[in-house]
Amino acid sequence: ITADLAYNTPAGYKQVLAKMYGGFALTGNGGPDATVGDVAGIDQGSSDFLRLFWNLQELTTDEAAIVWNDPGLQDFHVMNWTSTNIMIRGLYSRSMYHITACNEFIRESAEAKLSSRNITGSEADNIRHYQAEARFLRAYEYWVLLDLFGNPPFVTENDPIGKFIPSQIKRADLFTYIESELKAIEPLLVDAKQNEYGRADKAAANALLARLYLNAEVYTGQARYTEAITAAQKVISSGYTLNPKYANLFLGDNNVNNPETILALNYDGVNSQTYGGTTYLINAAISAALDPKTFGVPNGGWSGMRATKNLPLLFADYSGATDKRAMFAPGNIEMNDITVYTDGLAVTKFKNITSTGAIPASANGVYASTDFPLFRLAEMYLVYAEAVKRGGTGAEGQAITYLNLLRARAYGNASGNITSYTLNDVLDERGRELYWEGFRRSDLIRYGRFTGDNYLWPWKGGAKAGKGVEAFRVLYPLPSTDIIANPNLVQNAGY
Amino acid sequence: ISGQVLDETGLPLPGATVSAGGKATITNTDGKYTLTGLPAGSISVSVKFVGYEVLQQLIPVNGDTKFNASLKPSSTGLNEVVVIGYGTVQKKNLTGAVSTVTSKDFQKGSITTPEQLIAGKVPGISITSNGGSPGSGSVIRVRGGASLSASNDPLIVIDGVPLSNNSISGASNPLSLINPNDIETFTVLKDASATAIYGSRASNGVILITTKKGISGAPKFNFSTQLSAYKVGKKLDVLSPAAFRDYVNTNGSAAQKAMLGTENTDWQDKIYQTSLGTDNNLSVAGTYKTIPFRISGGYLRQVGVLVTDKLQRTTGSITINPKLFDNHLKIDVNLKGALTESRFANQGAIGSAVSFDPTQPVYVKNSFGNYYEWANTSSDGSVIPNPNATRNPIALLAQRSDNSQVKRSYGNAQFDYSMHFLPELHANLNLGYDISNGKGTTYVPANAAQSFAVQGLDNNYQQNISNKVGEFYLNYIKDLKGINSNINVTAGYGYYDFLTKIFYYPSYNANHVVVAGSEPAFAFDKPQTTLISYYGRAIYTFNNKYILAGSVRTDGSSRFAPENRWGVFPSAAFTWRINQENFLKDSKTISDLKLRLSYGVTGQQDGIPYYSYLPTYALSVAAAKYQLGDTFYGMYAPQAYDKSIKWEQTATYNAGMDFGLFDGRVNGSVDVYFKKTKDLLNNIPIPLGSNFSNTITTNVGNIENKGVEFAINGALVKSSNFSWDAGFNFTYNSNKITRLTNVESPTYPGVLTGGISGGTGNTVQINSVGYNTYSYYLYKQVYDATGKPKEGIYEDLNGDNIINEKDLYRFQSAVPKYILGFSTQLSYKKWSLSTVLRANLGNYVYNNVKANIGVTRNLLNPAGFLGNVSTEIFKSGFDNNQYLSDYYVENGSFLRMDNLGLSYNAGKIFGPTSKVGLRLNANCQNVFIVTKYSGLDPEISSGIDNNFYPRPRTFVLGVNLDF
Repeated sequence: ITADLAYNTPAGYKQVLAKMYGGFALTGNGGPDATVGDVAGIDQGSSDFLRLFWNLQELTTDEAAIVWNDPGLQDFHVMNWTSTNIMIRGLYSRSMYHITACNEFIRESAEAKLSSRNITGSEADNIRHYQAEARFLRAYEYWVLLDLFGNPPFVTENDPIGKFIPSQIKRADLFTYIESELKAIEPLLVDAKQNEYGRADKAAANALLARLYLNAEVYTGQARYTEAITAAQKVISSGYTLNPKYANLFLGDNNVNNPETILALNYDGVNSQTYGGTTYLINAAISAALDPKTFGVPNGGWSGMRATKNLPLLFADYSGATDKRAMFAPGNIEMNDITVYTDGLAVTKFKNITSTGAIPASANGVYASTDFPLFRLAEMYLVYAEAVKRGGTGAEGQAITYLNLLRARAYGNASGNITSYTLNDVLDERGRELYWEGFRRSDLIRYGRFTGDNYLWPWKGGAKAGKGVEAFRVLYPLPSTDIIANPNLVQNAGY
Repeated sequence: ISGQVLDETGLPLPGATVSAGGKATITNTDGKYTLTGLPAGSISVSVKFVGYEVLQQLIPVNGDTKFNASLKPSSTGLNEVVVIGYGTVQKKNLTGAVSTVTSKDFQKGSITTPEQLIAGKVPGISITSNGGSPGSGSVIRVRGGASLSASNDPLIVIDGVPLSNNSISGASNPLSLINPNDIETFTVLKDASATAIYGSRASNGVILITTKKGISGAPKFNFSTQLSAYKVGKKLDVLSPAAFRDYVNTNGSAAQKAMLGTENTDWQDKIYQTSLGTDNNLSVAGTYKTIPFRISGGYLRQVGVLVTDKLQRTTGSITINPKLFDNHLKIDVNLKGALTESRFANQGAIGSAVSFDPTQPVYVKNSFGNYYEWANTSSDGSVIPNPNATRNPIALLAQRSDNSQVKRSYGNAQFDYSMHFLPELHANLNLGYDISNGKGTTYVPANAAQSFAVQGLDNNYQQNISNKVGEFYLNYIKDLKGINSNINVTAGYGYYDFLTKIFYYPSYNANHVVVAGSEPAFAFDKPQTTLISYYGRAIYTFNNKYILAGSVRTDGSSRFAPENRWGVFPSAAFTWRINQENFLKDSKTISDLKLRLSYGVTGQQDGIPYYSYLPTYALSVAAAKYQLGDTFYGMYAPQAYDKSIKWEQTATYNAGMDFGLFDGRVNGSVDVYFKKTKDLLNNIPIPLGSNFSNTITTNVGNIENKGVEFAINGALVKSSNFSWDAGFNFTYNSNKITRLTNVESPTYPGVLTGGISGGTGNTVQINSVGYNTYSYYLYKQVYDATGKPKEGIYEDLNGDNIINEKDLYRFQSAVPKYILGFSTQLSYKKWSLSTVLRANLGNYVYNNVKANIGVTRNLLNPAGFLGNVSTEIFKSGFDNNQYLSDYYVENGSFLRMDNLGLSYNAGKIFGPTSKVGLRLNANCQNVFIVTKYSGLDPEISSGIDNNFYPRPRTFVLGVNLDF
């Protein structure tokens, strides 16, 4: 149908809004078995945001290595990726696609368009919220590009569709843009916890701001830790509380009775099917020998990725008996061969069973219904604690309280509580609390441990014991396909 | 009057037309004829036979008059009429590169789809069948094709009706709905002089098919029947059960040893069968009152060599060719219908059979329908197929029932009216249609391991196609004797409409319960595209020696925005009939010599979406909804579009020479050509942020094809008892991509293509500037001193001490450089022996089968099952798959004997006066293949050999009766 037909009614706007979110979670409009999704040049099933983002943020670190031989996949862990890497191009394309689609929605929901379509009153108000959310989603994707690629192309709703060449934005300028956007839309978004499930609210904007400020020194050279604390504190005081049971955060019914998640990517084994998303995180983490049915994917188990020993060894006891966040299958902790699935411990954090043990409906017993938390309260506690330690204006006592809230939940009692902490403790706590949630690469970079040889893990740099890699790898290359298509782009140093 | 018509050797000529005084008849099998009821006096008798010069003689008739005629063969068939776009010309006056194959030269034997009739017969065209499944299609390439992302298929025109290249649901190939037995000639138009009259659909060549027509005279019947047996020639070398056991017992873990079975199963033997086919055709042709007609019916049944594969086809055709108003109005009506019923075998069994554990039984008592399967037992005791394991090949076949039924009817009515007041002016109206209905069902029981996750399948599909053609042209031919000239001018209009209706149904499981998330958003979809054309052509002949021809066509297509909708496609040609010059006119050796020069521009629009210039939104399927609040919303997504998309254009330069020697006993042609396609419809990466995708199909890029074609045919021996004919053709084609992006960039590797089986998203080919299309793009394997490949060790081609994508290199290509064809026929008295040989040289094949199962990891599979491997593992010793090693690319050059046939013409089996003639024939197809390729068959158009459905060796016995 034509654009005018799509936007003819408020219901049509809602369905485009669904795409603004769904284009973020799913691979495309054609379902998991379509030949092409929203972005091309990559296997459709692996072209969703989360699977790609996760690969780039986790496979490159101590938290995960993968067995498969898909093109470019092995390059992540050994850190020798190039600008023609298919998954790097995939994530970059996904983010830019999503931004371009958000631009269109922002244009189509302009006041003049609403009045020309005779949409007024509360219906118009709803669409104004949708528009602010589209701006939030765009800001989120620009944050992804800021963090992973640094200097991406830059387009807004003021740019046309068709034969035009976008300009490139410098990393520091992009930081300023995202910051100003988030501040601008904060008042326009629905109040915290007042929006529908799955939609962004004021807390989401502040959570992203907190994350942005925590990394500001990496992005711009300018520390912004006090602002990080302010933003995190805004979220913390919005009424979110920790989910009493850590494991329940990653189960098939984490969309209900979950007071902790601020914004999630929503998946459903029937209505929102994909081979990416949590379906990937659950199936690829286990093998058929691990009894997939107990993970809620009776026909799954793809023997893909597992942790290097550095991750379980962050826990004093990685059996899960003391710190319940340690969720690993028993096995060989040493990774002698990177392509042997049983070398390294399987991570059993994500499951497609509900908190009562049921398996949600699934079209094939493989697609999962587990939602993925993009922002949750625990991260804000950790942002607060780290920013305080890095010199931001905040209370260290409050930070310890926050850290102990996480640790008390993990231990089930106060036995793991702390009375003081170092900056390094926060990184380790983030590892224990947030592992496999897409944070690790950014965290290691912020701590100066991603490249170089001051921190090693098995097969870093291609050596079994690990070895240092070039400093330029803190940024990914802009994909060669876009460098060629867009003469305004200058490649990141080193590539 | 009565008498006998003889050929130049004194043998009777059956089927010649004798006419006199408004009456006509056909000579019988002895060449004899009788015409009665003629008035006495001097009367003009004419005798005609195809390929012979018309004999016209005035004879005195007085009572019973004897008149015997001896016909002389027309020199090299130069007066033969050749079909061209919107008209016909005599062969001697052809200005373009055109090859014709008539029914007498078709490939013989079990031919299910029409294009196979001319495989190996025409230079410049390659016809590669897609495998051995009954009715499967072929990849047809005329002069290598001109496009990259859009279609490379030629335009096929049947009796003036251009077919759409769209596939028909339920038919493995739209051409399989056409009965080859109804076809009289194939004419392949190659250069722009010949094709440009078809304008925007001509860049990939045009194939004109003429079907058999009514003949004058009393009805003659023909019945032919064939019985064929199909057998797989070669199997893949995999480990024997003993070798397999040995390997597992030596190298496997205790758990793996425990998995070994006790059977000895040759899975390839189990999935293939020697199958039978039959093809029966009955036709009657003649004249009813004054109306020539032909009616035919055909029934074909072919069982595939892969168990459960089957095709059944019933065809019918009616042709009437009346002439009215003193022959001023010629009407040709062709109606054809076909009904096919197919069962498609699950071709996944081919790959499973080579890699399934040979120590396991086919059947075992279990919950998967009693087919042995790799399975795991869950903690709750339920048995679930191992999701990563190979499925039982026999279960894949037996537990899947994939049936289709396709009805197709096509035809046209063509009215050619030569004006009463101006007979040189013809008006021609052609109305055609092509409708089809394809539907089918797929059923897999709930307990089958192959669809266990969704509890079986019970799906159906349906599609209707309705294409319409309307054409009108005026043609004016005039001899201008005063200035020794002839002009032939055509101008016309065409309307073409293609409408498809696709029905959408939910998926059902075997219990006919809707699979959640499969409900369609729409009940049907009706994509439609329309083309409108104006065309004109002028041919000016001076002194029978110099021919100037020009044509122009302008096409408007609904696929493009109004401002880009119209394209203009001109051509010009000059032909010099050198043998008409005085210095050659009397040559005894050279009977024909003709130089042809042509240039023209053609277009191409097929293979791109219908509405890609329009900004649109698409609604997501039920499986791709998104949850906001408690509701799942169908998603409206903006679609990438290119407002300025337009035709791709190919400019073709052609120089050719036709020659005939020794009064046409040897004749042939040579052509050299250069084709340059610009504005390629090419899927390229676009600057991100500028559209709703990261790639778009737009007009970017250039590609060049150059080539040489040569054909020679000759009657080596010609005597009354013995004759020997032979034909040879040679094609050289080389293409090169000269541009791929808007902005030239030396660092851009190109567009990856050639997806393989293994891993996710692996590709082995690339389209790069400066290289052949479909060049291989892989790592260079390093070998040890003994010539054994070192696993995972590749050459560091860019010398940066890291092996990564920058070390991939381009080499060879899937496209053959040389194609050769050779046909010969030896006839001695009533016997004749014929053969067709074909060769492709310089084509390379990626052996995906070896790359997949030539590793020990496949044997002791870490995913919890055992699998068989190719004996290749003893050569490479690879443990893990090395998909991107050039080790797996092999030279696929081959020589194949397509056909070896013996026929016996018994003649009049009930005595010389009877009307019943009998011919018997025996053929063997796919007789042998000579190649260095280590897989089963190197003739694979994509260049990627991945469990290709083997082309069977076929044995055919046929009987042909005339009565």
